[in-house]
Amino acid sequence: MIRVTRQYRFSASHRLHSLRLSEEANRATYGKCNNPHGHGHDYALQVCARGPVDEETGLAMDIPTLDRLVEKILMPDLRLRNLNDLPEFKDKVPTTENLALYAERRLREHWKETFPARWPELAGVRILETARNGFETEGMRSG
Amino acid sequence: MLITRRAEFSASHACLRPDWSEARNREVYGEAANPRGHGHNYVVEVTLSGEPDPVTGMILDLKLVKEIIEREVLEPFDHRFLNHEVPPFDAIVPTPENIAREIWRRLEPRFAGGPARLANVRLYETDDLFVDFSGEAR
Repeated sequence: MIRVTRQYRFSASHRLHSLRLSEEANRATYGKCNNPHGHGHDYALQVCARGPVDEETGLAMDIPTLDRLVEKILMPDLRLRNLNDLPEFKDKVPTTENLALYAERRLREHWKETFPARWPELAGVRILETARNGFETEGMRSG
Repeated sequence: MLITRRAEFSASHACLRPDWSEARNREVYGEAANPRGHGHNYVVEVTLSGEPDPVTGMILDLKLVKEIIEREVLEPFDHRFLNHEVPPFDAIVPTPENIAREIWRRLEPRFAGGPARLANVRLYETDDLFVDFSGEAR
């Protein structure tokens, strides 16, 4: 069993602001990230898949197939976008925690039609918001 | 505890099977099948698992880890055309999956019986693509 991780870069803006909090509480909670005009990051999305290596090809996953999936179902929403404009974040704060959960859910929804065989399976996703802040889903931790 | 040592080597490879037609190789490996080869600055992260020695406070001497990686991986792999110069890649395709497994095969016995066992080999082919191998048992 091997894990293959592919990284996709995108630049996007967001504003952290919860509709469930007062203006004052938002400022206290999110600080600079609550700036009404938003701000942006160069994000990196890592998609991790696991599976056995096909001994004929030496490959565990066809990378171009994953690239096409990510370009089709995620990048149009993310690359050079304001994340607050996404329907997903209409009443949910576009923190990178929520963004990672959203990316993983979208990939799971389309995984089987893209990789119909038993393997590879989606392990999880990690999003680096900056070089210093990383957020990963549970599947990134287990074998 | 886990301890990770990082090392780099630069090498060329071609992703192709000599027993396949050019068309079949292109279909499976794309541009990487160019028989003239292309290169990467590979990064390998070797992770070992063990407990710190109560006297030294160390799991094992990292200098030893560095030397083992140099001898088993960097010396044979660095500035080589993997398919032509580094067995077993004359017989199996040097995909990142196969390179990571080969590094595991070379390193695992060097730590067996010592204070730390090999826990994971991560191989970066580029900044945007890496594989992790932690042995077949897991």
